[in-house]
Amino acid sequence: MQYKGNSIVKEGKAVQLDDGVYWVGALDPDLRSFDIILNTANGTSYNSYLIEGSEGYALIDTVKAEFADDFFARLESVTDYSKIKAIVLNHLEPDHTGALPELLKRAPQARVYISQRAQSMLKALLKDSSENLEFQVVNTGEQISLGDCTLTFLSTPFLHWPDTQCTYLEEREILFSGDVFGCHFCDGRLFNDKVGDFRFSFDYYYAHIMRPFKKWVLEALDLIDPLDLRIIAPTHGPILRDRPRRYVNHYRELASNSLSGELGTNEKSMIVFYMSSYGNTARMAEAISVGAGSISGVRVSMFDLQGGETEPFVDLIEEADALILGSPTINGDAVKPIWDLLSSLIVVDLKGKVGAAFGSFGWSGEAVRMIEDRLRGLKLRVPQQGLRVKLIPNDEELEDCYNFGKDIASILIGKKKECKVLEFGEL
Amino acid sequence: MAKAKVSFDDIDLTVNVPVGTRVIEVSEKVGSGIIYGCRECDCGTCIMEVVEGWNNLSEPSVLEDKVLRENLAGRHQRLACQAQIIGDVTVKPV
Repeated sequence: MQYKGNSIVKEGKAVQLDDGVYWVGALDPDLRSFDIILNTANGTSYNSYLIEGSEGYALIDTVKAEFADDFFARLESVTDYSKIKAIVLNHLEPDHTGALPELLKRAPQARVYISQRAQSMLKALLKDSSENLEFQVVNTGEQISLGDCTLTFLSTPFLHWPDTQCTYLEEREILFSGDVFGCHFCDGRLFNDKVGDFRFSFDYYYAHIMRPFKKWVLEALDLIDPLDLRIIAPTHGPILRDRPRRYVNHYRELASNSLSGELGTNEKSMIVFYMSSYGNTARMAEAISVGAGSISGVRVSMFDLQGGETEPFVDLIEEADALILGSPTINGDAVKPIWDLLSSLIVVDLKGKVGAAFGSFGWSGEAVRMIEDRLRGLKLRVPQQGLRVKLIPNDEELEDCYNFGKDIASILIGKKKECKVLEFGEL
Repeated sequence: MAKAKVSFDDIDLTVNVPVGTRVIEVSEKVGSGIIYGCRECDCGTCIMEVVEGWNNLSEPSVLEDKVLRENLAGRHQRLACQAQIIGDVTVKPV
């Protein structure tokens, strides 16, 4: 399919995208699901780039292992392996390093350039053959010369792995951005001013791949903003040569908080979600919410999960400072909507948010502890032991709920509690 | 058994522990914001800041040292899954 119609990608041929810069990647139009988590309605591409300097060639990233033959054929159409001086790995995920072991055999003289955090991953990828590998760790601002052109490295970690970096070709004003500004969109016309409408794919990719790391996206954009940009060359999807700055600005919009301005300065947001079979966990939720709301500076929202869709709740949680979950225990477990919500949170950053659990139960009440464990697994901090009430909460128990909410709200605004000393054995 | 105090700066809480206890064994139970990934000295997620008592933690192993370096850990940062408490120490999330 990719070689038909108006595709500029031909079998065994590189595509020149600028003076001395070539696309030597591969198209994968038949892929329908990427890494299990992403749908890819028209496939994807693995973009690899070759840069010609007066003193040798540099290769930026490779392709997925199954497409190594395509990649090598394109590479050989421009140069032979002995002229490759540098192999830059902006990101070591297998879809970009699949052809690396074979490439290193064919171009043993090439030096590999990676980020600080990529070292252990490189060794893990190459296993035994990594022993004699010559590689160099590079940081922001470090450069390598290819004679008449220079590559400058930008350390942009966690986009979307710890190892990620970008590489800038100053003389041509081209940014090789790795997965940043990429998308799963397979189109043999390659360039953003020629391919089909990829706006959905671009935003979808951001939402699933980059969104959990928005803090790091903003840091990377600060490094990228001052660069003169004629072309952005990502590792997936169209090459952005028509007004590339638009995509930088769009990333900034996507990474900014959608609800900013709703809360007052220094105000914290707490969301209470619950499910209730007999109304008991609901009563607890109300008392907790009222208690938390009694602390000034904390804005509390309460939702019955039965009446909502998961996706908008995920958006709310992303912006919230505290997440409190209430579930009854049914057959020794928390109820499914709670797990559905908790299993939908991988697209947002939860680190350091405050979490807590509560619930009414009939016999054994396992749900609360199980939810707490999951919250910790999601990297929330759970400073207050969960609250469990057997069957219908009485006035005293509702008072406990009120105080539970109040305590969590106090922790949230950093109101110092009396410094406690505990014994290890009591924990 | 010799005891030492580990204090978690972010939640203002101190725990008396037997000497040799790892920070990971305490921090989650008390709700400190130190977070964990692999829990076995590989991923670097649990890097924490040592506020006081730097010398009252066990010396980092060669492996921990490597993980700290690769993750660009700052001075006075350690892995909470590895560091053992051998005297009074105060820690907090990074």
